[in-house]
Amino acid sequence: MATQELLHLKKLRVEFPSRRGAFVAVSGIDLDVARGEIHGLVGESGAGKSTVGNAIMGLLEPPGRITGGEIWLDGARIDAVDAAAMRRLRGRKVGMIFQDPLTSLNPLLTVEEQLVETMMLHLDLDETAAQRQAVELLTQVGIPRPAERVKQYPHQFSGGMRQRVVIALALCSNPDLIIADEPTTALDVSIQSQILELIKSLCRERDLGVILITHDIGVIAETTDRVAVMYRGRVVECGETAQVLHEPAHEYTRALISAVPRPDMRLPRFPMVSYIEEGGGVQGQIDLASHWLGRFDASERHSGEVARIDSVSMHFTLRRSIIPKRRTYFTALDKVSFSVAAGEVFGLVGESGSGKSTVARIIAGIYNPSDGRVLYRGTDLTAERRAGSRRSHQRHIQMILQDPYSSLNPRMRVRNIIAEPMLFHRLVASRAEAHEVVDDLLEHVGLGRDAGQKFPHEFSGGQRQRISIARALATRPRLLICDEPTSALDVSIQAQILNLLKDLQEELELTMLFISHDLPVIRQMCDRVGVMQGGRLLEIASTEQLFEQPEHAHTRELMRLMPRLDALARPRAVGPAGA
Amino acid sequence: MAEVRRVRAAPRGWLARTLDSDVFYSFYTSPVTVLAALITLAFFLVAIFAHWIAPHDTFDLANISIMDSELPPAWLEGGDERFLLGTDDQGRDLLSAIMFGLRLSLLVGFASVLLSAFIGVAVGLLSGYAGGTLDDVLMRIADVQLSFPAILIALLVDGITKGLFPGEASELLAIFVVVLSIAISTWPQYARTVRASTMVEKSKEYIQAVQVIGLPSWMIVLRHVLPNVLGPVLVIATINLAIAIIIEATLSFLGVGIPPTQPSLGTLIRIGNNYLFSGFWWITFFPALALAVLVLAVNMLGDWLRDVLNPKLR
Repeated sequence: MATQELLHLKKLRVEFPSRRGAFVAVSGIDLDVARGEIHGLVGESGAGKSTVGNAIMGLLEPPGRITGGEIWLDGARIDAVDAAAMRRLRGRKVGMIFQDPLTSLNPLLTVEEQLVETMMLHLDLDETAAQRQAVELLTQVGIPRPAERVKQYPHQFSGGMRQRVVIALALCSNPDLIIADEPTTALDVSIQSQILELIKSLCRERDLGVILITHDIGVIAETTDRVAVMYRGRVVECGETAQVLHEPAHEYTRALISAVPRPDMRLPRFPMVSYIEEGGGVQGQIDLASHWLGRFDASERHSGEVARIDSVSMHFTLRRSIIPKRRTYFTALDKVSFSVAAGEVFGLVGESGSGKSTVARIIAGIYNPSDGRVLYRGTDLTAERRAGSRRSHQRHIQMILQDPYSSLNPRMRVRNIIAEPMLFHRLVASRAEAHEVVDDLLEHVGLGRDAGQKFPHEFSGGQRQRISIARALATRPRLLICDEPTSALDVSIQAQILNLLKDLQEELELTMLFISHDLPVIRQMCDRVGVMQGGRLLEIASTEQLFEQPEHAHTRELMRLMPRLDALARPRAVGPAGA
Repeated sequence: MAEVRRVRAAPRGWLARTLDSDVFYSFYTSPVTVLAALITLAFFLVAIFAHWIAPHDTFDLANISIMDSELPPAWLEGGDERFLLGTDDQGRDLLSAIMFGLRLSLLVGFASVLLSAFIGVAVGLLSGYAGGTLDDVLMRIADVQLSFPAILIALLVDGITKGLFPGEASELLAIFVVVLSIAISTWPQYARTVRASTMVEKSKEYIQAVQVIGLPSWMIVLRHVLPNVLGPVLVIATINLAIAIIIEATLSFLGVGIPPTQPSLGTLIRIGNNYLFSGFWWITFFPALALAVLVLAVNMLGDWLRDVLNPKLR
């Protein structure tokens, strides 16, 4: 091992000084990466894993700086070299793959220009040799028709192909070490597995050391040889991936692994992960029989079909024109029909661009469908909305949106955000009563009673999502639409939010439409599932049936590509749902 | 990516929080900004309390003697110690005239900024939130508007008002003409900025969330969009205050603006300009200096505000 050692971090410490004292992002971590090895760095947001990568590259954003420890690369100490030496090093010895392939390539230069420029700078090549090399590199990273595509601009590549170009760019100066910072987070599952395969094979062929930074334990399990688990700037556990994942020694690792939704069976609840977030935990108890939240009219309790969408299509205008012939449209939904029964959780799953969010927005009344009908308990909402009288039904349909950082008005206090729908729909007699109910709701979703006094920016992502849930409950809805409610959250917070949603669904007998791209989450949450692709609904089945015997080819493909924690166990043939 | 863990807790209470905020921190750590703020404040105080602090009342004809006209500043040969900065062609004390002139300039500046911001914000919100054909029409009007210089509009407005109210060449009417013309020629700036921010805010999820609640559009615009687009407006307004004062000076200089019996800074500069080649440089120099310092100070404040509030430039 010692002979093979490529990168060695010794008690690395990174601080970000600020007005209110220094924030220690990384406090004294040790890390060794050997050639030909993929070393994972896993942790939740704020754990400092990206900071480690940036520190090695010398790319710490000011005022961040290394305040202690040593970084050794290939037998030379690199943490104290000057800027020019660091630049040479960055080009020749270390390559970096960034998260977002949309922004990490220069849109004004062709792929060839970007590759050739880098190679001529760092390798002793003339232009023609560099061009030849560029085509070769694109072949290696698996881009079809490389000689032709090398002349193209980044926008002419799809997301996955673009990430391959980024990898080629990282490889083009023959580095010894590659730092991949969340290389697949912005990509769909099917493309994610291809990119990970590529990184694995390149690592083996070229005998590279790779540091793979990710929050996704599934990615770690599928890809890495060794892994370090980070928590609040420290490495809590480090070792062989198989060992760390199967016999985690540290409590945090155990909590992290248990919070990952299981694709192979449905659990009644996620195991409680109290180690991780401070805000989660005790829920205030409300007696629903007497409380405002449980006060429904008899007519609002119902059984049978709650919502139904009937061959709904949606076209978005791509080009506006006075002349109808010249207008162009994009078809986001193509004759989608399904119905949701009272008290069930109906899931919609699909990759990005499959139209699942559009369905949610049409039902919630943000968009009007181009064609088709939306029925809520037998009433045609589309006709009603055109007539302008949507208030009464609108109140019964609420939505929880994806991004907790933009779904709350930053200039309003939480109390006013949640009270607004109640006051608007006149569900409470007075402002004082509204505030009373708001405090109860906040307590019920697991935040303190005094949270209402604060502004949204004082809360973390998970806490904000709880506020969103409280706001959605404030109209006493019967149908709750959750559009990717946890995709912006860390896995432990996701577990808490999903538990909360489950509890609320049960005690309030809510009907839910649950939208996600994440199959394991769908498995945990839903009773029935619809699979979407390219604006069409491919199949609808009960969750059990869908996961055990998927009908449609695309569904089977999605199932196969799902990252699994049991990937390591596959050779030993333990995985029950192996493809 | 790492969040800053606060070592010192943020204090409670409105005033304490303001004093502790990052905006205020960047204020008192920038000496230039503090200086600019103090100068601006001083100008405002002088303008407001001109009646009490001005050494002479320039409007009282009994006080003015033609014998005192065109006296140089007190420290020069032939200067009179009663008139610190000298006198103008009618024997008015220049220092007092500047103090009173400042008042007019600031009044015009503020009124026109308020009016144009009001028009611009309203148009911008409407255009950005409604979109479609209405947006196209409003923005084309703004484009056309931008191609007319303020002076042309001022002449137009001046002509129309004089036609409507013949013989009433009162001071109030003149101020009204100037304010209206400045507002008309500057509103597209606000409208464009507000429209752009409105479109950004409109696509954020909190707007969708209130749409799902079922709030009508006017309520969404006023309660949710407006507070979130006001930041840039504030910045443009500070910079436009300086611009408005300059436009007023230009208009007065050309003779469209405020009549010389009630001189604003611009009028003073124009009067002085006639005497520049006769060697009476002080009549135009001191008002111009006051104007330059005021505009510079307000502009610096505006720049600072832009840097603090605009996340793109940080």
